[in-house]
Amino acid sequence: MGGVRTGVASAAESACAGRLPCRVEMAIFLEQLVNGLTVGAVYSLVALGYTMVYGVMRLINFAHGDFFMLGSYLGYTMLVTVLAQSNLPLWAMLCVATLVSVVAIACLGVFVERMAYRPLRKSSRLTAVVSAIGVSIFLQNAAMLIWGARYQAYPPWSVPEVSWTLGGVNVSLMQLLIMGISLVLMVSLYMFVQRTTVGAAIRATAIDHDTARLMGIDVDQIIRIIFVIGPGLGAIAGVLLGLYYRQIHFTVGWSYGLKAFTAAILGGIGNIPGAMVGGMLLGILEMLGAGYISAAWKDVFVFLILILLLIFRPTGILGERVAEKV
Amino acid sequence: MRLEFAKPASFIRAHSAWFIGALIVLAAALPLLVSDYWVDVCVFWGINVLLGLSLNIIVGEVGLFNMGHMAFFAIGAYTTAILSERFGVNLWLLIPVSGLAAAGAGYVLTGPIIHLRGDYLLMVTIGLNEMIRISLINNPFALTGGPNGLIVMDQFRIFGHVIQSPADFYYLVWAAIALLLFCLGRLQRSRVGRAWNYVREDPIAAEATGINTRWAKVLAFTLGAGIAGATGTIFAAKMMVISPDSFTFMESVILFCIVILGGMGSIPGVILASGAMLVLPELLRNFAQYRMLLFGLAMVVMMIFRPQGLWPSRRWTTRLKEGDGE
Repeated sequence: MGGVRTGVASAAESACAGRLPCRVEMAIFLEQLVNGLTVGAVYSLVALGYTMVYGVMRLINFAHGDFFMLGSYLGYTMLVTVLAQSNLPLWAMLCVATLVSVVAIACLGVFVERMAYRPLRKSSRLTAVVSAIGVSIFLQNAAMLIWGARYQAYPPWSVPEVSWTLGGVNVSLMQLLIMGISLVLMVSLYMFVQRTTVGAAIRATAIDHDTARLMGIDVDQIIRIIFVIGPGLGAIAGVLLGLYYRQIHFTVGWSYGLKAFTAAILGGIGNIPGAMVGGMLLGILEMLGAGYISAAWKDVFVFLILILLLIFRPTGILGERVAEKV
Repeated sequence: MRLEFAKPASFIRAHSAWFIGALIVLAAALPLLVSDYWVDVCVFWGINVLLGLSLNIIVGEVGLFNMGHMAFFAIGAYTTAILSERFGVNLWLLIPVSGLAAAGAGYVLTGPIIHLRGDYLLMVTIGLNEMIRISLINNPFALTGGPNGLIVMDQFRIFGHVIQSPADFYYLVWAAIALLLFCLGRLQRSRVGRAWNYVREDPIAAEATGINTRWAKVLAFTLGAGIAGATGTIFAAKMMVISPDSFTFMESVILFCIVILGGMGSIPGVILASGAMLVLPELLRNFAQYRMLLFGLAMVVMMIFRPQGLWPSRRWTTRLKEGDGE
């Protein structure tokens, strides 16, 4: 935290040359930081799905962004149909909507893996990537046919409009919720992978399928678990994003998926803490880029960083521990 | 006789001269036989064939995963629009100029990233595509017209005849394809073509036999980008309005899939697959909204049951595809 503080102070001082008073500049910076951490938390959750699948199967799961998008839509549908008529308190409604969405998307994930990826596990990686793109195009267009090509909005009553001002910085309840939930999920996932037997099996499978099988690990089962966890986390991220930005569209799967995958590469693909760090970093970079450089050019900025990173450090920020790839 | 009919491919091969002759006659007579609407469909099919063939050099011949090919197409189209509208440069002259502009961009942009392997290259090319598209939207130096794009008023003229009807464009595009096919056929059988295939099958062995793999890869990228850029001129003249929407990352991905679905490195495969992508949906107008849904599904099914593509290339295919090298 100390490091962040000093960074903030120096950035704020350098920005003081402008016409705004120092304190306002600082507040703007902190607000962008909070916004960045919020979006970054969503990227991290989605990036985990990419990185786990890549770690275990060496496959860029192009359909993962669409799991995320469908999760968002399912949460929306639950809220506006079934739950709108119920007498549940708001928090319970949101929990139920998220839960239903997670379960449905996890089932979809397992189904997609069984139908579209498992038959291709022995063939070349390109074949599997093309199949994944096929699944993605299918899901995206299915969503368009079901929910329409226009933007859908989460109902206003579903979003708790509570916010506080901490030292001149506006922080909303949703932002805290998103950061808190993501953090809890990421820490528990890390613990699960590092401390449990199943986690050890996942790590072993990531290193070598055949050897893992010789050790008595059911590789199919492990991959199924990966396809429950990844899309499940994606669905949670989808609902959270829907609640945060309120608007959802069938193309968010690609736009956020691309960002999340970038985050996974930033952190070091196949590496779980890397996905978390990469997501947060990407969110912060994006928001600071939008605030201080130009909102219109922020994506160019993000991809430029990705390309520079891949040229100078292709393993990503935390990518050195190759043996521990998951 | 029976055997030949049982294997249509070998029958066609045995009488290839007759088949090609019949095809040429049929193709030349097509605008007289069908309505302007269908001629137009064939024009867009042709443009996609040109793009597919140019991408096929990169993806098919050398095995580089380029999912950002629309960027080069966009550079060609915008070069045409800017030079034609601002400086009144002749469109015929702009075909090589746009081609050179895109080739130059391909050379400069891919230089630093060409060493990246499979998935990483794929990500970076997607990033490049997005960077260029966003730049076009942001209208740098008021050159690109922002999200609305640019208008191209000029038209191709040949001996006083203005090329503007669908039939005119049909002959222009397919004549360009015929020329390109001739050149690509020569190129495939040349020293360069063999070097490309060698690099695709085994880069290390290729390097060991004295092929400069880096040079071979950059050459393929430059050439593919150049052809795509030259196609951009024809596209701009045909559309008369070009906007960033035509060059999204989704379009690049679909083009990539066309090359894979056709059969990597297979020229007839590219023609067939882009035809299936453009002409079939027109035949099934009632299912127009399910077009992409079916396309996604078809990709998955194809990869499972016919991963080698619709019309696989027969040259120097190896049985070493499995594993794909770590």
